[in-house]
Amino acid sequence: MAIKRSRMVFKPLVFITSLLPLGWLIFALYSDTVLGTKYMTADPIQKLDRELGDWALILIIISLTVRPLAEIFKKGELVAYRRMIGLFAFFYVCLHLSAYVGLNLQLDIDEFIKDITKRIFITIGIITFTLLLPLAITSTKGMIKRIGGKRWQKLHMLIYPISLLGVFHFYMMVRADFTRPSIYLAIILVLLGYRIWAKRKKSRPKKVAAA
Amino acid sequence: MLIKTTKASDVKPSEITSKDAFLNRRKFIQTAAIVSGASLLPPFVSSSFAAARTKYPNVKKTAYGEAEKLTTYDGLTEYNNFYEFGTGKSDPSRNAHNLKPEPWTVEITGHAAKTGKFSFDDIIKPHQLEERNYRLRCVEAWSMVIPWVGIPLADIIKRFEPTSKAKYVAFETLVDPKQMPGQKRNALDWPYVEGLRMDEAMNPLTLMAVGVYGEHMPNQNGAPIRLIVPWKYGFKGIKSIVKISFVEKQPPATWNIQAPREYGFYSNVNPNIDHPRWSQKKERRITGEGGLTALFAPKIKTQFMNGYAEEVAALYKGMDLKKFF
Repeated sequence: MAIKRSRMVFKPLVFITSLLPLGWLIFALYSDTVLGTKYMTADPIQKLDRELGDWALILIIISLTVRPLAEIFKKGELVAYRRMIGLFAFFYVCLHLSAYVGLNLQLDIDEFIKDITKRIFITIGIITFTLLLPLAITSTKGMIKRIGGKRWQKLHMLIYPISLLGVFHFYMMVRADFTRPSIYLAIILVLLGYRIWAKRKKSRPKKVAAA
Repeated sequence: MLIKTTKASDVKPSEITSKDAFLNRRKFIQTAAIVSGASLLPPFVSSSFAAARTKYPNVKKTAYGEAEKLTTYDGLTEYNNFYEFGTGKSDPSRNAHNLKPEPWTVEITGHAAKTGKFSFDDIIKPHQLEERNYRLRCVEAWSMVIPWVGIPLADIIKRFEPTSKAKYVAFETLVDPKQMPGQKRNALDWPYVEGLRMDEAMNPLTLMAVGVYGEHMPNQNGAPIRLIVPWKYGFKGIKSIVKISFVEKQPPATWNIQAPREYGFYSNVNPNIDHPRWSQKKERRITGEGGLTALFAPKIKTQFMNGYAEEVAALYKGMDLKKFF
């Protein structure tokens, strides 16, 4: 019961928190338009694109921290919020891609196709998006049942290469200052390292584990 | 007889801020900010701490870019690539107040009859300052139109009497992490260096810019003296110059060192040669207006040599521009 009640509080909280970056971007654009502020700079097309991509990556990273946190602090119920965070990450990826094609390329599809085929960092971005699709589609309870828990889990391990591809997409876009993507990469490597460590620990003979 | 009619929106003489109060304004705001704890506010708040602005007394108007719609003063001072002050577009306007453009010395070295150290005034005093509206096309596919105040570089170069060995002109930016906090990190290989072939440097379009909008150069735009080569991508326009050398061989250029595949020595604006990571066919014109207007503003077509082909095409006759990009 206690778990259910806390979920009733925390689910909306996670939901609203995940929408805050988007809310901020909308407010910033509104304020720049009406009040003449420059939150989104004089080049909001670029700024919006970067911000959306950044938040997509941050949410992917947060979704990866859920399991380690749940296991380390023995709070299994945290896993209940992971799906929502993952779906929001996908949501921001979709917005990021839409902003790129709609606002930056201004729906120039020829240019978009050229981008995908000629520019590796865009190719990687599109691959990342494509790999996220099956994860988003199979995120419902019904789908988990249909696929079967084990296979579903295996499928969703795709998030590991996705997180790496996402951060490489970021790396390849940067012109000079690699601080931010480096921080993201370091965090991702720690989080993936944790999984390897946890798996090794689990697969050790029971005797040792019991001792 | 001059009849002066007063409108309600006119500024009354009593409303005009005295120069002292104006110059002290920043100090006042900073003090107030510290007292009120506003220093914890997000950085964009501090970007409204505008630096004092000084007009040049005698600037000759020219016909360059008369018909162009200019980027606003705020637009061109709040959106900058000047990694010496940070890699973000708003970092320069936030951090450039650390730069002291006065006094300023430029060292002239290399193959010239007159070399040595010259003050900013030594360099500009003998010349007539002129205003030219130039398109500035950044390699990142955005552009502005900026009313520069400056002197044709050719006029300055002639005074130093370069010898026949001077085939190129090399430029160097100040290195001082105290004044340029972005240099505390190695985002680029400091000092920022750039170069031009002698005939490019002597082209009448090439400008030594010392200001914008009739005023002294804002720090974030490369105070006190910077290069403007309007037919080349913006990064060729090296800022806050402390050294000019007349050299025999092609000098190094910072972005070319950073990524030779992406940025050539020439870096002439060319919509037919894509940057490896993006198309150069179109550009986002930055007018200074932000928000939805800018978000949905249609992109414009990038012109060959940024629209200055007539004046500069002869410089590259017979050269394979795909090879010498």
